[in-house]
Amino acid sequence: MTNGTRSDVAPPVPVGPLLSVQGLRKSYGDREILKGISFDVIAGQTLVLIGPSGSGKTTVLRCLNYLEVPDAGTIELAGEPIGGAYVGEPAHWTPLPEVRLALQRRKFGFVFQRFNLFPHLTALQNVAIGPRKVLGLSRPAAEARAAEQLARVSLEDHLHKRPSQLSGGQQQRVAIARALAMEPRMILFDEPTSALDPELVHEVLDVMGTLAREGMTMIVVTHEMGFARRAADRLIFMADGRIVEEGAPEAVFSAPREEKTQRFLAHILNR
Amino acid sequence: MTIDWAIVEMAIPLLAVGTVMTLKIASLAALFGLTGGIGLGLVSLGGWTWARWLVRAYVDFVRGTPLLIQIFIVFFGLPLMGFRLGEFWAGVIALSINCAAYVAEIVRGTVGSVEKGQTEAAKSIGMTQGTILLHILLPQSIRPMVPALTNDVITLLKNTSLLSVISVYELTRSGQAVIASHFAPLEIFALLAIYYYAIISVLSWVSRVIERRLPAW
Ligand SMILES: Nc1ncnc2c1ncn2[C@@H]1O[C@H](COP(=O)(O)OP(=O)(O)OP(=O)(O)O)[C@@H](O)[C@H]1O
Ligand SMILES: [Mg+2]
Repeated sequence: MTNGTRSDVAPPVPVGPLLSVQGLRKSYGDREILKGISFDVIAGQTLVLIGPSGSGKTTVLRCLNYLEVPDAGTIELAGEPIGGAYVGEPAHWTPLPEVRLALQRRKFGFVFQRFNLFPHLTALQNVAIGPRKVLGLSRPAAEARAAEQLARVSLEDHLHKRPSQLSGGQQQRVAIARALAMEPRMILFDEPTSALDPELVHEVLDVMGTLAREGMTMIVVTHEMGFARRAADRLIFMADGRIVEEGAPEAVFSAPREEKTQRFLAHILNR
Repeated sequence: MTIDWAIVEMAIPLLAVGTVMTLKIASLAALFGLTGGIGLGLVSLGGWTWARWLVRAYVDFVRGTPLLIQIFIVFFGLPLMGFRLGEFWAGVIALSINCAAYVAEIVRGTVGSVEKGQTEAAKSIGMTQGTILLHILLPQSIRPMVPALTNDVITLLKNTSLLSVISVYELTRSGQAVIASHFAPLEIFALLAIYYYAIISVLSWVSRVIERRLPAW
């Protein structure tokens, strides 16, 4: 507009980050686990979250999709506050009812350390049940979508097996397909490979790497530093409920600024 | 003492009549008790607060009072409320009410003990409480519930004998009738025990077959 010419290209909508977390706090009893966590995730990027055991990484992920209710802080996904809304005059925070919360939760995919597949359902049913019971797709449509997502994680030959008939790596890939089938805005991975036998780790990381390249927005808690190097756009190092260091993975790995980060990296890279 | 075999022989077919009645009542009460109990159990897991509270009160009442008293309350209470159903239905209703409360507790316990990760995974794909209960938790609970539910049905079957107090002509009552006319209490009570034992053995066997047939993952 400043140069006075009209453009038929729409002006770029000012886009903020896809996910914005501010001042997240969470205590269990009188132990404060998250002591004010703030970060952003840009659409299409992969954020890797590392840190020692007990630092609160899982709790961050669980708060994001409200499996755990944070004590303080705000979470915004594409500008929409998660878990509640400001209503009334003067505006005050009102938690959402369970049904509205469920609508928000499905915008986050969640991949658990221990897969948490439904043992009574086949791989296909595990992936189809969300589209069917939550999105209201017909059975054929839901199963078609499920088959498509299972093919994406190279499990097209295992559609009718139950979780107990699949290897750990295969189970975790079913879990990823289950998350993908809901067409989430982003996927949260909580140590997706740490329950796997070492020789099965790569098949899950390969799938995740592909997703990252295809532009899926992801937050990944992991101890796989190779994956962090290859796939992360940003890296956050957490310790004791706080973000200690944050930056491009290469920068953090090669020149960690904080002593805690240095010690952690030395420890984990020399395992 | 000697056993009067003639009376035993005469009593066998007479008691069979009572057995049919006992089976009829037990089947109906088991049907209502199981379906009602599963429903109540699900409500107590996922219903509105006031509904949970009502189920709690119901279960508490049933567990906290003798069945015999419950039978009398139903038997004398129904006519006062305008329902003239007779002793058969009064018995079925009393036993159903009693059974449902215990089944509700079993359902609540078993479904509630499904691993927490299942609920969390279901929540993470946007399922709401009702859907999670029905499609994720209940199907996984059926097999582990079978032994406890069998126990309840066995108890229910034995409890039918209490209906003799409101003159339902079931197995125990039919035995008492024979005793009254022929005075051979030991023979008849021993025979009654055998009848109950046989029925319950069949039930246990059926339950084991069901448990084996149900899929385990
Ligand atoms: N439901 C809970 N009740 C009480 N304490 C909890 C609960 N969940 C987690 N904690 C505690 O919070 C702390 C942080 O847990 P969290 O699981 O977030 O750590 P983490 O960084 O994911 O660790 P790890 O690498 O071992 O998975 C731990 O000390 C844990 O014991
Ligand atoms: Mg963790």
